[in-house]
Amino acid sequence: MNPKNRKIRVLIAKPGLDGHDRGAKVVARALRDAGMEVIYTGIRQTPEAIASAAVQEGVDFVGLSCLSGAHGHLFPEVVRLLKAHGAGKVRVFGGGIIPESDIPALKRAGIRKVFPPGSTTGDIVDWILNARLPVGEAHGT
Amino acid sequence: MAQARQHPALNPDAGLVKEAERWESTILGASLAKLPERKPRFETSSGIPVRRLYTPLDRGAADYAADLGWPGEPPFTRGVQPTMYRGRYWTMRQYAGYATAQETNARYRYLLKHGQTGLSVAFDLPTQIGYDSDHPLAKGEVGKVGVAVSSLEDAAALFDSIPLGQVSTSMTINATAGVLLAMYAGVAKGQGVKPEALQGTVQNDILKEYVARGTYIFPPRPSMRIVTDIFAFCRERMPRFNPISISGYHIREAGATAVQEVAFTLANGIAYVEAALAAGLEVDEFAGRLSFFFNSHNNFLEEIAKFRAARRLWARIMRERFNAAKPESAMLRFHTQTAGCTLTAQQPDNNVVRVAYQALAAVLGGTQSLHTNSRDEALALPTEESVRIALRTQQIIAHESGAADTVDPLAGSYCVEALTDEIETRARQYIDRIDEMGGAVAAIEAGFMQNEIAESAYRHQKEVERKERVVVGVNDFKVEEKPPCRLLRIRPEVERRQRRQLASCRKRRDEGAVAAALSSVKKAASGTDNVMDPIMDAVEARATLGEISDALRDVFGEYEGR
Repeated sequence: MNPKNRKIRVLIAKPGLDGHDRGAKVVARALRDAGMEVIYTGIRQTPEAIASAAVQEGVDFVGLSCLSGAHGHLFPEVVRLLKAHGAGKVRVFGGGIIPESDIPALKRAGIRKVFPPGSTTGDIVDWILNARLPVGEAHGT
Repeated sequence: MAQARQHPALNPDAGLVKEAERWESTILGASLAKLPERKPRFETSSGIPVRRLYTPLDRGAADYAADLGWPGEPPFTRGVQPTMYRGRYWTMRQYAGYATAQETNARYRYLLKHGQTGLSVAFDLPTQIGYDSDHPLAKGEVGKVGVAVSSLEDAAALFDSIPLGQVSTSMTINATAGVLLAMYAGVAKGQGVKPEALQGTVQNDILKEYVARGTYIFPPRPSMRIVTDIFAFCRERMPRFNPISISGYHIREAGATAVQEVAFTLANGIAYVEAALAAGLEVDEFAGRLSFFFNSHNNFLEEIAKFRAARRLWARIMRERFNAAKPESAMLRFHTQTAGCTLTAQQPDNNVVRVAYQALAAVLGGTQSLHTNSRDEALALPTEESVRIALRTQQIIAHESGAADTVDPLAGSYCVEALTDEIETRARQYIDRIDEMGGAVAAIEAGFMQNEIAESAYRHQKEVERKERVVVGVNDFKVEEKPPCRLLRIRPEVERRQRRQLASCRKRRDEGAVAAALSSVKKAASGTDNVMDPIMDAVEARATLGEISDALRDVFGEYEGR
């Protein structure tokens, strides 16, 4: 297939020990319905496993969901490991129970966008479509 | 569809049928011509059609004695106690826990001082999944969604100065339920209270962890063995303790409808009864101590009907399927929590109103205990002030509304009875399907419940996004607002302090005794002896939660998820 027509690839991941994945599953399905290729990791993944999966699957985006309050540790860790794996261009976004006052620190750590409670799947689709790089560039292919 | 429920042949009141026809063709017809209804079809969350008007014609075949009966006896539709809240209010039990044992202990004392009548412990995720606070996977999670408890010393600090012989305590703990139960008994022993005197509930409902909540450790089959070991242990040693709380709450939070909540919870209940019977227990020896936990969601009338339908259906299952002889064995006693997933981060004070009527639905549905959520929980753990408003909400319902002064006040409402019937029928159909798959464990292993729930969750989200479902403050009636400033934050020092406490506990113990105790845990797990006895010894020897869980991991392996 012509790489230019390649679908946007997204990894939806649940870092840490939190098992609440209603939101992650809804987002994964909505992105699929919007024509993207979506891989969902399942719950209780380490940042390392998420970064490796992102590289292996050659995704353009990683969406992180956390409802346990551990986002401040886990989200930046995923960004750091992506860089360590040479995939620093993969765009990371997140959602969950995240107070607005935590968002600036997450942005400084490289999380491009945080979707707080009440966001719609339409918001997330639109953001991804706007934030996409030329296809394949996230992994230098 | 709506007509199908009528049984004209059984309904002697032909006059009423004629009257209904007259009203429809004259008064109603004229009204609809002038003002059409808001939408063509009205439905509950479960997709049950809601009729314009309910009349005696909707329950043509109803048999009062068989379907409703009397409170305090099967089928318990009208409640599990003969006098319900006229004798005693429900237990006001706020789920609480954060940071270290010392901080949570202070919150418990605050709640008890403000009139709370039972304790409910929230543990952090490492504790729930069998990792000590210093485990690498615990990083960032210590003290976040609950209190960190790694050792008997942490448990002792958690209940410091709280008389365990008098208070009843509910613990939301599943994969590591055995360890926490042993710690609770250990703390009580230190206070001079015997296990027989202890009252409370350990959640110990592993099946819904695979379905909806995610804090499993071991694969389903060995997990079921631990569950039944805890049943047997409680029956022998802690007879006033509920050894399980079969939970629909999290299933509903994951997106299930009211019907799915009842169906999957009772299907899991059936699996536990079958497992206990297979382990050699007699149904009337343990069934009376099974307890349940439901969600109270937004659709007010459907929720009230749901609680009543769940009680009746469980009573019928226990008597028809398991031949339970004692009335208590057929009695569905339950805790309720208002629906966390209905809280909005937008205009959070509106949540006080949502919680109030969800709580009222639980009371009208006959709950035995209740947790009311706090307004700020879409954003963080609740502050002291928010928790007090939540507790006051229950006190206002109890003391001011009058709803607690008569038994099952909505019985006989044509609408509520019709919804009760319909929820029971639809839940039973689901349970039949699960039976055909080989029961709840097989259905969960095949992902059936998970898929049904995900489907409902997605449908709900799409309805909200299409504005077919209005969420006040989120997709309509919005305002510009500043983010709330007073949120409870768990400071990073908590993790460090907790690790220090744990290191100090490890230094002071007898390592030989710990090793011997852990090897006994493994031995029991590998054989058929009850694992609870060696777990009790291990806890006393100051083996940690993580070490005991690792001993069991060595024998049972870990569940990899689907």
